[in-house]
Amino acid sequence: MTLPIFQAHEDPGPSFVNLLTKQRGNLSSHVNRFESSNLESMVTKASIPHGTTIVALRYSDGIVMAGDRRATEGNFIAHRRIEKVFSADKYSAVGIAGAAGPAVEMVRLFQTQLEHYEKVEGVTLSLEGKANQLSQMIRSNLSMAMQGLVVVPLFAGWDLQRRIGRIFTYDVTGGRYEEVAYHAIGSGGKDARTTVKLGFRDAMTRDEAVRLAISALYEAADEDSATGGPDLVRGIYPIIATVERTGFARVEESEVAAASQALVASKSSAGGN
Amino acid sequence: MTVPFYVAPEQVMKDRADYARKGIARGRSLIGTVFEGGVLLCAENPSRSLHKISEIYDRIAFAGVGKYNEFDQLRVAGIRHADTKGFTYSRDDVDARSLANVYAQYLGQVFTHEMKPLEVEILVAELGNSDQPSQLFHILYDGTVMDENSFTVLGGDAEAIAERFGNEFMPDWSLPDALKSAIKALGGPDRALSSRDLEVAVLNRSNGRRAFDRLDIKAIESALS
Repeated sequence: MTLPIFQAHEDPGPSFVNLLTKQRGNLSSHVNRFESSNLESMVTKASIPHGTTIVALRYSDGIVMAGDRRATEGNFIAHRRIEKVFSADKYSAVGIAGAAGPAVEMVRLFQTQLEHYEKVEGVTLSLEGKANQLSQMIRSNLSMAMQGLVVVPLFAGWDLQRRIGRIFTYDVTGGRYEEVAYHAIGSGGKDARTTVKLGFRDAMTRDEAVRLAISALYEAADEDSATGGPDLVRGIYPIIATVERTGFARVEESEVAAASQALVASKSSAGGN
Repeated sequence: MTVPFYVAPEQVMKDRADYARKGIARGRSLIGTVFEGGVLLCAENPSRSLHKISEIYDRIAFAGVGKYNEFDQLRVAGIRHADTKGFTYSRDDVDARSLANVYAQYLGQVFTHEMKPLEVEILVAELGNSDQPSQLFHILYDGTVMDENSFTVLGGDAEAIAERFGNEFMPDWSLPDALKSAIKALGGPDRALSSRDLEVAVLNRSNGRRAFDRLDIKAIESALS
């Protein structure tokens, strides 16, 4: 590799995506490679792992984001321990639903993009700026989405200027929508949303928000076969993260395990209904 | 057709080197040194926004002296090189040695082939781990690379500063001790530098994945008190 020095009129600026495009030719060459093959038939056979439910909600000091651990290929369970909630940078989190391969790649690109901007410019992007960047990445994935490789992330973070936690949702065309209080995406998203809706109050504490997120994923897993519930046998529990003014933090697995076990115990003592 | 005057290659190189050295000597100097927690970079720089020191990657920092637009271009190119490499392969595959080599190649090429050499000296610092000590790659305007494990001084008057600093240097000293000595050495016998004249950053082992940390005036003052 040689040193990437550009003429002033060709300089890609602080964008890592533009830099990759300059260096490798068009990024969408990945897409074109897929287009020539008969991807559609591959996808309808559902041979590609798909991630499922992500839920995010606001509480008094920030936001919590939680994701189950299952990836499915059609009616098979492809992975039991996949992670779908990531830190995008110090003050934001991103959760993914949809085709796992392109989704994880998109998260990696997004993380690099935010860090790259921060290093080149010496300042971080605003939360809204980050949300818009993600929007553009989803839009550039549109041709793959049309063939079934849909990637829909959920983005949330701490807005350093407004001093609040904010949640953003997306559609496949890159449309970006801000949610006021909570949202859930993925195949179990509807059930998770209903659960959060019933339990949500303004200005919850962190612990209440974490418990509500766990219970939302539990209810989603109860109704949706593609969402994994807490696996007490193997000790697999949802990945949960919070973003507050101090930044992104993963909730300890022991804490999630204890809360999940308590939830399961209360369900079984209630007669399993 | 006019025949160009013959100029001996030795003379051409010497003229270019003198030109570059003069440009570099006009600017203020910079010290990079190891301390018990990592690497300290300390520059004399009254500007709060035009930085000489910057983050390149998780464990790699960049520092430059000389002409601002030239070393800033190198800084951005270094970030691009490192981020592309880390994205293509893995974060673990980004190392300072290979970055120092591409810098050296570029500077060497410009020095021999372009009209004007770059009037810069740069430092690529990498934080060590349990297996490997921290490394400081000092690269000159003509592409010469020097590899240090203790400390190095960039800029005009580097020899005098290095002598003052070398007298006090200890490989396992604390951050406040290293910073005090660096400030003393940069100022020299006649000048006392205040925290407002300085730009200070560290690669600190206790910072987690991204080891780079810029110390603001408050942090510099609390380290000095």
